[in-house]
Amino acid sequence: MSLAVVLAGLVWLGVTAYALLAGADFGGGIWDLLAGRTERGRPARGLIEHAIGPVWEANHVWLIFVLVVLWTCFPSGFAAIASTLWLPLTLIAFGVIARGSAFAFRKAVTELWQQRLFGAVFAFSSLVTPFFLGACAGAVATGRVPPGLARGGVVGSWAHPAALLSGVFAVVACAYLATVYLTWDAVRAGEPRLAEGFRRRALATGVLAGVLAAAGLVVLRADGRLLYDGLTGRGLPLVALSAAAGVASLGLLAVRRYVAARITAATAVAAVLWGWALAQYPHLLNPGLTIEAAAAPGATLRATAISLAVGAALLIPSLIFLYAMFQRAPRAAAGPPSGG
Amino acid sequence: MTLTPVQLAADIANPIAPRTQMGLSLGWHIIIACLGVGLPGLVVFVEWRGIRTGDKVLLLLARRWARALGVLFAVGAVSGTILSFEMGVLWSGLMAGWGQLIGLPFAMEGFAFFIEAIFLGIYLYGWDRLPPRTHLLTGLPIIVAGVASAFFVVCANAWMNSPSGFRITHGRLVGVDPWAAMFNRATGPETVHMIVAAFMVTGFTVASVYAAAMLRGRRDRYHRVGMAVPLVMGCALAPVQIVVGDWAARYVASDQPAKLAAMEALFHGGRGVPETLFGYASGGRVHGAVRIPNGLSLLTHFDPNAYVPGLDRVPPALRPPVNITHLAFDSMVTIGFGLLGLGLWLALAWWRRRAVPAGRWFLAAVSISGVAAVAAMEAGWITTEVGRQPWIVYEVMLVARAVNPAPGLSAGVWALSGVYAVLTVAVIYVLRRLARRPLPVAPQEADVAAEAVI
Ligand code: HDD
Ligand code: HEM
Ligand code: HEM
Repeated sequence: MSLAVVLAGLVWLGVTAYALLAGADFGGGIWDLLAGRTERGRPARGLIEHAIGPVWEANHVWLIFVLVVLWTCFPSGFAAIASTLWLPLTLIAFGVIARGSAFAFRKAVTELWQQRLFGAVFAFSSLVTPFFLGACAGAVATGRVPPGLARGGVVGSWAHPAALLSGVFAVVACAYLATVYLTWDAVRAGEPRLAEGFRRRALATGVLAGVLAAAGLVVLRADGRLLYDGLTGRGLPLVALSAAAGVASLGLLAVRRYVAARITAATAVAAVLWGWALAQYPHLLNPGLTIEAAAAPGATLRATAISLAVGAALLIPSLIFLYAMFQRAPRAAAGPPSGG
Repeated sequence: MTLTPVQLAADIANPIAPRTQMGLSLGWHIIIACLGVGLPGLVVFVEWRGIRTGDKVLLLLARRWARALGVLFAVGAVSGTILSFEMGVLWSGLMAGWGQLIGLPFAMEGFAFFIEAIFLGIYLYGWDRLPPRTHLLTGLPIIVAGVASAFFVVCANAWMNSPSGFRITHGRLVGVDPWAAMFNRATGPETVHMIVAAFMVTGFTVASVYAAAMLRGRRDRYHRVGMAVPLVMGCALAPVQIVVGDWAARYVASDQPAKLAAMEALFHGGRGVPETLFGYASGGRVHGAVRIPNGLSLLTHFDPNAYVPGLDRVPPALRPPVNITHLAFDSMVTIGFGLLGLGLWLALAWWRRRAVPAGRWFLAAVSISGVAAVAAMEAGWITTEVGRQPWIVYEVMLVARAVNPAPGLSAGVWALSGVYAVLTVAVIYVLRRLARRPLPVAPQEADVAAEAVI
């Protein structure tokens, strides 16, 4: 395997981490939106805030990681994606701004109307941002982003059934991950009633995600044939794994095995991502640009690989420290929505 | 959304909208980023002194500054994310051609952010879970990572000023060396100047908040210490910054003569040229300026008769805008000397009376020093960026060639201006609330309830 492929794999690992960690943080925001009126929703909102607070910024950095490694190692691929998809990407950037700052501001203000205002901005942007992220993913996956600068349609590249469905699927997947994570957080926080509520929502969203995934394959057959062929060809084992893990997570939720449900739910989402990657390998942009063709010169790849190795050596212990500290928190309800 | 071909062509030929958008978002981000670089050091310092001496005022200051840091970091992270998107969305031509060279420091910066975000989470949320000494130690990686991220990102900017680490033979890019690109000739002066600027901005802005409160009669020890500690930091760096700024100017003089000529509004080069202070350039002349004979030759080459090239050496189409660059540069230098003066005032008073002055004039000066330091920093960036025009990569790539050719892009600047206007109001409002209302805690804030009670 060439260094370029290894680095592309690391980018994809970053995408996976972002989906599983930050995705759940987005999902937390969606449940914040759906938690009900101020009084009724307070316990659920409190739990969500506790779970997201210490970790969302670290989780968010995975997105930055993906962007910078992509533009260093695969500059032409990055430029093609960013130039064609400038509109949804700009909307994502606005969503990120609104969400992060509103979350931080909500904690810093005391009056109810202010908390409501910032809370609403936070929750709404948590819904919109993953939608556009999913739509961008759908645009790339269905081959609507040609190589070169701004060769795809400003709107047409992502406003078609497959990409829009991908956006909806991203929202539902985020919501699903969040409920599964939060159910266990609620149990540990000694909030059995909250846990039951999240468990019911988890079961419902899990079923919805499954239905959407099945519908997605039908839509892809018509609107994203290239990807469909890949997913039902080389990607099939992972698609099957995703389906199996998804069904298993529902079963585990039904029998209240929450930790195992977390692992299977995360597996279901990760397998979709890797199935997609496998389906379009060796292309970075299907069908026009391969990973090798998009790769920067060897010197750049080597320098990046060295930096990533040094960075990982610093990063991994720090991440473990962070998650460990908030997982075995002395006070109730302080677990992060991280996997495991 | 689709534009006519005519509009499209206009968009490409004059990328004024994306340039404005980039300048606006960078100029916004950099203020927050300066505090993100400088504030952790200040917080950890007062926490350390507080633990050592048991002084409650210091510990309380540490808690309050840490809270502001939490908000600022979140806003810094999201405004920085916008920038990362913009590098591709607006400047896809730059990234497609040069990402392989400019990318490495950005990738390293990504890790610095990671470390910063992780330890900030630990530091802010672990205050009551960790023993004091451990907690203090978890603050150190935040400081190191903040300074490192400033270093890395400015390396990328330095490369745009001094592109290196490649050759172009027969129109093809060969010999790509990302390390040489990262450590280019501008890296030294630019990164040091920026990091010192970040600490100055932090010192003077924090001090100015307390000075303003003292002017309104809140002269308790909390406010006096809250002003003195950051002020000493800012003032101590002011003379350092002038030396570093001189280094930066020498680099510009040797490597970017067109930028120097614009900074000095020097239309006609020659021997023994004067230093031109302020004034307004039009029609190839500068009106109303103060001139110091032979000043520029002396400053750049330590020789009153040295030759300094002027704008006449640069084809008109490749000249940077003179007035903006010149006035921005002169404003930065003026403020730099003003802040030095404030530092001398403080030093003199300390030497004579062993006390930080508390008179109205001094407090008034300190309370505007924060805005002044920010203005100097922004002016410095305007000098650097506008003085590089029309190049995005100096003498290698024109801005017009770097811009994303997609239609409709110019809508972004309007949307972004709106977003930043709202965000600015919200940040100022929330920070003022934090300054005024630090002790009572919101009901939902159970996690920091213990933190706020000292
Ligand atoms: C607190 C902020 C501050 C202060 C007091 C000064 N500067 Fe500065 N200056 C900056 C903050 C700054 C900056 C924002 O950090 C810049 C922009 C790019 C950079 O590397 O630093 C900058 C750029 C910059 C440049 C352009 C470098 C380039 O284009 O590569 C020069 C020549 C100077 N400065 C020189 C000076 C001098 C002679 C000063 C003496 C008083 C001075 N600066 C004070
Ligand atoms: C260190 C990282 C920075 C990088 C990589 C960077 C990069 C860029 C790029 C790519 C452009 C657009 C192309 C051009 O107009 O030349 C630009 C323009 C600009 N930047 Fe920077 N910049 C940095 C820091 C800053 C900061 C901190 C400011 C703060 C004020 C700033 C102010 C501007 C302005 C005003 C413009 C517009 C210049 C013009 O169009 O005349 N930059 N920068
Ligand atoms: C083109 C230029 C720039 C880009 C693309 C950029 C990108 C970013 C990104 C993505 C983040 C968020 C990281 C996170 O999620 O935690 C960030 C934050 C930050 N940036 Fe920038 N940045 C730029 C310019 C600068 C400059 C010129 C500085 C110089 C001092 C700087 C210093 C910081 C710091 C210290 C943070 C941490 C957040 C904080 O402490 O407030 N950035 N930047």
